[in-house]
Amino acid sequence: MFRRLPDIEAGSVTIRVDGVPLAARAGDTVTAALLAGGHDHCRTTAVGGVRRAPYCLMGVCFDCLVTIDGVGNRQGCLVPVRDGMVVDTQRGKREVGR
Amino acid sequence: MTHERIEGVRADAYDLVVVGAGPAGLAAAATAAAAGLTTLVLDENAAPGGQIYRAVTSTPVSDRRILGTDYWHGAGLVEAARRSGAEIVGGAVVWSLDRDLQVGVSHGGTARMIQARRVIIATGALERPFPIPGWTLPGVMTAGGAQTLLKSSGLVPDGRAVLAGTGPLLWLLAAQLLRAGVTPTAILDTTPRSNHWRALRHLPGFALSPLLAKGLGLMREVRAQVEVIGGVTGLAAEGSDRLRAVGFERAGENRRIEADQLLLHQGVVPNVNLAMAAGVEHRWDPLQLCWSPVLDADGGSSVPGIAVAGDGAGIAGARAAEERGRLAAVAAVRALAPSASVADAGAVRRSLRRQERGRAFLDTLYQPARQFRMPADDTIVCRCEEVTAGQIRATVALGCEGPTQMKSFLRCGMGPCQGRLCGLTVTELIAEARGCTPETVGYYRLRAPVKPITLGEMAGTPAGTAAVKAVVRG
Repeated sequence: MFRRLPDIEAGSVTIRVDGVPLAARAGDTVTAALLAGGHDHCRTTAVGGVRRAPYCLMGVCFDCLVTIDGVGNRQGCLVPVRDGMVVDTQRGKREVGR
Repeated sequence: MTHERIEGVRADAYDLVVVGAGPAGLAAAATAAAAGLTTLVLDENAAPGGQIYRAVTSTPVSDRRILGTDYWHGAGLVEAARRSGAEIVGGAVVWSLDRDLQVGVSHGGTARMIQARRVIIATGALERPFPIPGWTLPGVMTAGGAQTLLKSSGLVPDGRAVLAGTGPLLWLLAAQLLRAGVTPTAILDTTPRSNHWRALRHLPGFALSPLLAKGLGLMREVRAQVEVIGGVTGLAAEGSDRLRAVGFERAGENRRIEADQLLLHQGVVPNVNLAMAAGVEHRWDPLQLCWSPVLDADGGSSVPGIAVAGDGAGIAGARAAEERGRLAAVAAVRALAPSASVADAGAVRRSLRRQERGRAFLDTLYQPARQFRMPADDTIVCRCEEVTAGQIRATVALGCEGPTQMKSFLRCGMGPCQGRLCGLTVTELIAEARGCTPETVGYYRLRAPVKPITLGEMAGTPAGTAAVKAVVRG
């Protein structure tokens, strides 16, 4: 679990995560917004179906994969949030067309 | 957020393309552009700085004491690169580089090829894999990852945070968290006791480095406020759906600490994927226990026109990375614009040697123990395909000789991370099981695309006549 330092406010940007609005700070990556928003994990794995959370936060581990605006397997830690962005967490492996 | 993201790449060809906007890339770009080379810097992050100076122009952490003076040094590097006239593009993912110096880049959902006359790979380092039982559980993260969250978003661990491993970053992160008002529950130090003795003979060299005083200061600051448990010889992240506790072994005794967050670190290693895919020759570094590119005195690689600078050329730290970037840029200027005014390579080399001073001490002291590099059979090694150390050892028993052959047995290294988080472990495991050197075993054969791009992006790249003929019938 992560929290924002007391003098830093979220709220300038709103994204939707699995349909639920989440306040974020302009400058957050998708992954940072999810962690600050209390999302303990962001996907279940393609092989074992187990919960997985972001691990490296620098674009190498691919454990932060999410679907962003309909495109699957995006690295959430590299994508800055944008107002109105639609983020879906991933359950298991991707399907054709998603 | 920054103007770099919106603009995109302006031209189709540049004198110099620099991949990575960390200290090496920024220093290289500033040197080359100031000497008149048309220079493009590509970085997959939104803003320049790399990992060490991550978000240095945009961090919400306003109390400068928290991240420390070494961090803020990066702002000057960004400023110099911007002033030099180099074009810096963020959110630009380089997925291909070949011997013709064509750079495949994806930006804003569109992929294209950029032609370079010279390329400097400055893709830096990543944290060494730390395969312990449970390291895939939510609640376990790298120390560098937690530091990135602090730098770029002002996020800190909420609840009980345990730091574990070895190396300077662990102490730096602990100090930064303390200054931000977060007290880690404990630091579990896995530095092998025997390393202290082996490192001693390198101490005279390290004593000349400013890092000695800085390091001791950090350790004092942290030890005064956090319980530090040394001599840890075993570690496990415990929990079923998420981390609940950290188990550890010390002096033959097993203990556990309840924890909400485990932050792991055992040093950094070169990020080799782009350089290897471009055909750059690498060799095994028996002290740093990783692959490093084979380079000449200017950072030039085995592929004509491609240089490697920064920690991707072998771990030496941020200040050395800067000098290596300058050195590679001076060589590019000398080759492409011999009459241009540029820094003297000899002076840069002298400065580089000063920055590299004492490295052998750190490399020896913080060399991770065998059991944290080559784990027990039931530990996951490949996080993507969920392959264990035991499965890898079993394929060696079946006659499998190297990482590339092993892919067809286990899919190990074939998931989305393309071996970044398992490659070193796999090489060392196979070498140990076969009783030969990592050099003999080799590494995964890497190929473009080294980062994922969509089929649509790839199909949308302009193709030449030869490329079309290669795939279209009739």
